[in-house]
Amino acid sequence: MFNRKFIPIVVTLGLFILMFAVGSFRYTGFFSLQVFNNLLIDNAFLLIVAVGMTFVIVSGGIDLSVGSVIALTTMVSASLLEQGWPPYAVIPVVLLMGAGFGWGMGAIIYYFKIQPFIVTLAGMFLARGLCYVISINTIIIDDAFYTKVAQTKISLPGGNFISISVIIAIVVVAAGFYIAHYTRFGRNTYALGGSEQSALLMGLPVKSTKIKVYMFSGLCSSLAGVVFTFYMLSGYGLHAMGLELDAIAAVVIGGTLLTGGVGYIVGTFFGVMIQGVIQTIISFEGTLSSWWTKIVIGVLLFVFIILQKLLSERKWTLRS
Amino acid sequence: MGVTDKQQPVLQMSGIHKHFPGVKALTNVSFRLFPGEVHALMGENGAGKSTLIKVLTGVYSIDQGTVELEQKAIRIGSPMDAQQAGISTVYQEVNLCPNLSVAENIYIGREPRRFGRIVWNEMNRNAEQLLKRRMNLEIDVTLPLHHYSVAVQQLIAIARAISISAKVLILDEPTSSLDRGEVLQLFAVMSRLKSEGLAILFVTHFLDQVYEISDRITILRSGELIGEYRASELPRIDLVSKMIGKELHLLEELPKEAKSANEGKEPFLQATALGKKGSIEPVDMAIMKGEIVGLAGLLGSGRTELARLIFAADKADSGEVLIEGAKGGVHSPRQAIDNAIAFCSENRKLEGIIDDLTVRENIILALQASKGWFQTISKKRQIEIADEYIKALNINPPNPEHLIKNLSGGNQQKVLLARWLLTRPKLLILDEPTRGIDIGAKAEIQKLVLSLAREGMSVLFISSELEEVLRVSDRIVVLRDRHKVQEMQGEELSQSNVMKAIAGG
Repeated sequence: MFNRKFIPIVVTLGLFILMFAVGSFRYTGFFSLQVFNNLLIDNAFLLIVAVGMTFVIVSGGIDLSVGSVIALTTMVSASLLEQGWPPYAVIPVVLLMGAGFGWGMGAIIYYFKIQPFIVTLAGMFLARGLCYVISINTIIIDDAFYTKVAQTKISLPGGNFISISVIIAIVVVAAGFYIAHYTRFGRNTYALGGSEQSALLMGLPVKSTKIKVYMFSGLCSSLAGVVFTFYMLSGYGLHAMGLELDAIAAVVIGGTLLTGGVGYIVGTFFGVMIQGVIQTIISFEGTLSSWWTKIVIGVLLFVFIILQKLLSERKWTLRS
Repeated sequence: MGVTDKQQPVLQMSGIHKHFPGVKALTNVSFRLFPGEVHALMGENGAGKSTLIKVLTGVYSIDQGTVELEQKAIRIGSPMDAQQAGISTVYQEVNLCPNLSVAENIYIGREPRRFGRIVWNEMNRNAEQLLKRRMNLEIDVTLPLHHYSVAVQQLIAIARAISISAKVLILDEPTSSLDRGEVLQLFAVMSRLKSEGLAILFVTHFLDQVYEISDRITILRSGELIGEYRASELPRIDLVSKMIGKELHLLEELPKEAKSANEGKEPFLQATALGKKGSIEPVDMAIMKGEIVGLAGLLGSGRTELARLIFAADKADSGEVLIEGAKGGVHSPRQAIDNAIAFCSENRKLEGIIDDLTVRENIILALQASKGWFQTISKKRQIEIADEYIKALNINPPNPEHLIKNLSGGNQQKVLLARWLLTRPKLLILDEPTRGIDIGAKAEIQKLVLSLAREGMSVLFISSELEEVLRVSDRIVVLRDRHKVQEMQGEELSQSNVMKAIAGG
């Protein structure tokens, strides 16, 4: 039996296929596996961030700090490498930093009962500001390991290739899917987003779930920061400016309700891919300003939010 | 019946005390529950029922007393503790997650897992069997909970509760949003669970339902234990008098002086077959000009619901309302206000006063709203108005610039009254205007209502206190279990008559 709850996800998938098809008919050379692979290569970090963001939004919260945490990660990585730290020490340190940052925000949200919006907004300013404490300039990375990872192309049959970042992103998406659907932490996150009061009365671990959700998002952000470092080979305080909004847009376009309780990692994956395909179409067009990406995404967001509203109108009559 | 006093109780609470600042919520209350019984916990508002339940479910801790489960003293510190001890609760508003599937709602937190991975097939199969075997319910357990009616959600919540191996099941007002068929379905499940040896604590406002399903009844009043009775040995009228706190023979009083007769008065409002499914059965009633109509009945009998329908705060699905004989009726609170109807809500904290505004600002609010926000009232005029009402209603402290949150409950109520009086209503609906305020202030408000009626205002007066309703009303409409059961006036008005009507069959 077809479940109504999958409608948003089917719409997202359909939209992606439609856009890819339009691009393929309009531009020669668009319809190829490599164009698809490039979507993954260029958006690997966004995918990783969006997976963490999906959990946060499903739990009924929001995390505005992700873009800044990416910037901070690039900055700290670059600066530690500059001081001669080996990459195998730098990467765990920045991952711990991201997870710890998320844990701190989650704890403040839980213990002081403050809206996640405000707490993560403060986190966003804090992380962005800390970048400039390290340096106001770009720090170039010339570490051998980082340049090697950045340049490695993994060949696929048919002369196509992907990057190591893509492998990482796909692993994160798969792990996110598994955690969301097959672990207690994942299910508790959905329960929390459905009704925090009920979750508490059902005896679920509301406190640890809530804090872990932000910790997971922080970890995803710093991992995305590492991938972003591979991509840019530099640390800079202005990196990933506004990325939190792209991530939120991708999650919403992927069918996750901003009110929490409903959402899909698979949807988020296609939400990111849709943003990528719009950018690709605009670059193939050649003459259009890249700001058109924002315009199209803005329109899409409106459409999706209204679609969700219409679909969920009848659902949530339970608590009048 | 199966319950004998030789049997050991599964749950025994003794000497329970619970104080909140300024309130004794429970004083030396004892309560026992036997396996295989349905035990009704009865009491009016403020009797301490919900406090007792919150103690049992670990929401509140007790100041003094003991709770024993199967002869062992236990401490319940949180809802989780209660669940683990075997005490499960199903609340009036279903406390499950509407977005999760039925099966998940039953098993979340206890999902069957293999190597940490949730095994969905097994969970769904278990849920299906559980619902079929114990609830007699065959539904698709993979659909989200919100697909199903509140009645089914209720049963799912019970299934969750008993599958956590509950020894004690607390049902807190489970029937208040169910229709008759659904209630019967629930009762069938309750009977079956009872015969399996489960102890069920049942809280409801519906007298008929108490006698339909309960073996025993415990009555609380003002935080104290009144007694524990077998349902078969406690006549309805005794139950009601124990809940309200008046013995019937004390109520046979002198006939009151006849209140002003209604003959020759024109109706201000006539409601015909006004009703809403699941809230109140169709009611016919009229309110004359200058008349005070009292609405009497137990909590949950439909008093507030009826008032809200008249004010169109809720949409009626049957019947119509005529204002001064004119058709067209009232379809929104806005229209009600335009027809000079004012509604003073029972919940003054939530729907009435605005904490951080001054007395003056609170008084002026409704008048300003009716004028529209562009026609402002000068500050000087506002102070004049506020002073006038502060004097007329004896609001204390007599300072219009005082923040309302610092006033006592009675004075806050007077400010609310002033707000609505200022709009010169022709019909004033007062829902529990004297709840939680002291005796002096009560008397003042009652006097005020009487003098307003003398000046020609119609009043619909709702109160849980019988004496108060009798004192002010010209006519009383009695509601029971969401029906209008009787209407009385003149010499019929006496506590014992009204009480008999409230208790019914």
